Amino acid sequence: MVEMKATRDGYGEGLVALGEKNPQVVVLSADLTNSTRASMFKKRFPERFFTMGVAEADMIGTAGGLSLVGKIPFCCTLGVFASGRVWDQVRVTICYSNLNVKIGGSHGGISVGADGATHQSIEEITLMRVLPNMKVVVPCDAIETRKATIQAGEVSGPVYIRFGRSPVPIITTKDTPFILGKAITMRKGKDVAIFACGIMVYEALEAAKELDKKGISAGVINLHTVKPIDEEIIFKAAKETGAIVTAEEHQLSGGFGSAVTEVTVKQYPVPVEMVGIKDHFGKSGSPQELIQDFGLTRFDIIKAVEKVLKRKG
Amino acid sequence: MKINEQTKKLDEIARQVRKNIIEMLVQAGSGHPGGALSACDIMVALYFSVMRHNPQNPQWRERDRFILSKGHSCPAMYACLARAGYFPLQELSTLRKIGSRLQGHPSKTDGLPGIEVSTGSLGQGLSIANGIALGLKLDRIGARVYCLMGDGEIEEGQIWEAAMAASHYHIDNLCGIVDNNGLQIDGTIDEIMSPNPISEKWKAFGWNTIEIDGNKMEEILEAFAEAKTIKRKPTVIIAKTIKGKGVSFMENAVEWHGKAPSKEQAKVALKDLESS
Ligand SMILES: Cc1ncc(C[n+]2csc(CCOP(=O)(O)OP(=O)(O)O)c2C)c(N)n1
Ligand SMILES: [Mg+2]
Repeated sequence: MVEMKATRDGYGEGLVALGEKNPQVVVLSADLTNSTRASMFKKRFPERFFTMGVAEADMIGTAGGLSLVGKIPFCCTLGVFASGRVWDQVRVTICYSNLNVKIGGSHGGISVGADGATHQSIEEITLMRVLPNMKVVVPCDAIETRKATIQAGEVSGPVYIRFGRSPVPIITTKDTPFILGKAITMRKGKDVAIFACGIMVYEALEAAKELDKKGISAGVINLHTVKPIDEEIIFKAAKETGAIVTAEEHQLSGGFGSAVTEVTVKQYPVPVEMVGIKDHFGKSGSPQELIQDFGLTRFDIIKAVEKVLKRKG
Repeated sequence: MKINEQTKKLDEIARQVRKNIIEMLVQAGSGHPGGALSACDIMVALYFSVMRHNPQNPQWRERDRFILSKGHSCPAMYACLARAGYFPLQELSTLRKIGSRLQGHPSKTDGLPGIEVSTGSLGQGLSIANGIALGLKLDRIGARVYCLMGDGEIEEGQIWEAAMAASHYHIDNLCGIVDNNGLQIDGTIDEIMSPNPISEKWKAFGWNTIEIDGNKMEEILEAFAEAKTIKRKPTVIIAKTIKGKGVSFMENAVEWHGKAPSKEQAKVALKDLESS
């Protein structure tokens, strides 16, 4: 059995680790302190923690002001509110001015389940990567989220970190190297390269195991940083395998798969198949039901691989 | 009907709605009981006495509109809608399940009759209510618009933008209600981000304000009646309520904002409501 842990726990741990290293780090929460695990920072550094109430727009603006006097603020709420709700505040106050503000969006994807469409965050990658100066990270497990959070606090400029609510498999270790902007090859393969982020990295690894039994050699790349994207690894995979599959727990339009294909078309326009949500809102249901309903399982990845291999010709 | 007969009838409906809320949440295994129970009497008053509406014809142009800005309290609205005849009572048991019209937060597009607009992201309802009320005025339709907000929710800046606009345009066919239960998710409103003094703030934004006990049917009915008589400005009712009202262990308990009772806890809750 693989060990399970929610990526939001990694975020909370990362905030505390950062807080210990750097007294300039401050955390703001829009009435979702436990949900986002900002509570861990609050407990350790109550004097550097601010409850902002249910007022996300105000939280973003206040964080901008704090950054102008040298603080490194982290804004915490659910992904839907952290990206879409305050998009104009993030665009104008934070990104246009290139302020050193970090945004932690929890409950990314549909795995939040029963709360339904209003709370399922499936557009953040699109919304955030379109903004100049913004960096976008979608870590695959709690350990990686901890590292991503720490590095977000160490690089300058706005960073959006997407993480989730449900416990998910731990697939990296403390020693797995993590550098923002540098993808990680989790498994080598020569027939096809599967690019994934977030919880889909695990699904991709499971899919690759199944494909191996069918005699198909599939590589798996953990492309945790969607922006700035690791072009080199994408070019290399496209050149070497000649076929790409992308997998994201997110809307396909303008999302992770789109980001990958924007790169491939520049040099190696190989066939690409994308696994993700196909222009639907979320809905209430158990996470497992929804993952199946929206076609986000390892089996969907396997189907996509089989399809792309036919197109490879 | 005489006043006390009327309030008795409404109190009984409210008791049934509260039981529905508990039953729905146990079956769903998740949801938000506290704010549904605190606002229950207000919603019952609206759907069963104050508002002109027609469950057989939910799209009736002349109907009064209800916007549940604090969308997480939808179990109370769903139970009111079902009891008013918008859809079968049995459907309440599908709350939050896959394929259900009773989504975790109100959804306009899943086909549930009686839902005016999707809500759930706090702070947006009053702006929507303003737009509807202005449109009704333009069309010279005499219907009224009711918008229920939370006392944590009014920490949202958009609420105050909407508050300003409503008085600027003299939207007197609008009545806001603040469910002043004193609690939000992280704690009491005074600990987290105090909106107090609430009444003075609305007054400062140009609103007529009425302060009542929002769990007392008679006071609720009187307030809505008074609101109808106020011209040239919007009215807001600051309804002091008890979060979790009617269920002993949920009353004024911050931890009952957003979790479902276990089967055992539900038994106790239903017993409380049985004897209330
Ligand atoms: C924009 C937005 N931010 C955060 C949330 C999460 N949330 C749901 S209910 C709630 C607290 C609301 O408190 P209040 O308005 O007092 O509601 P009540 O006490 O009536 O349940 C929060 C923060 C949300 N639904 N929408
Ligand atoms: Mg409240």
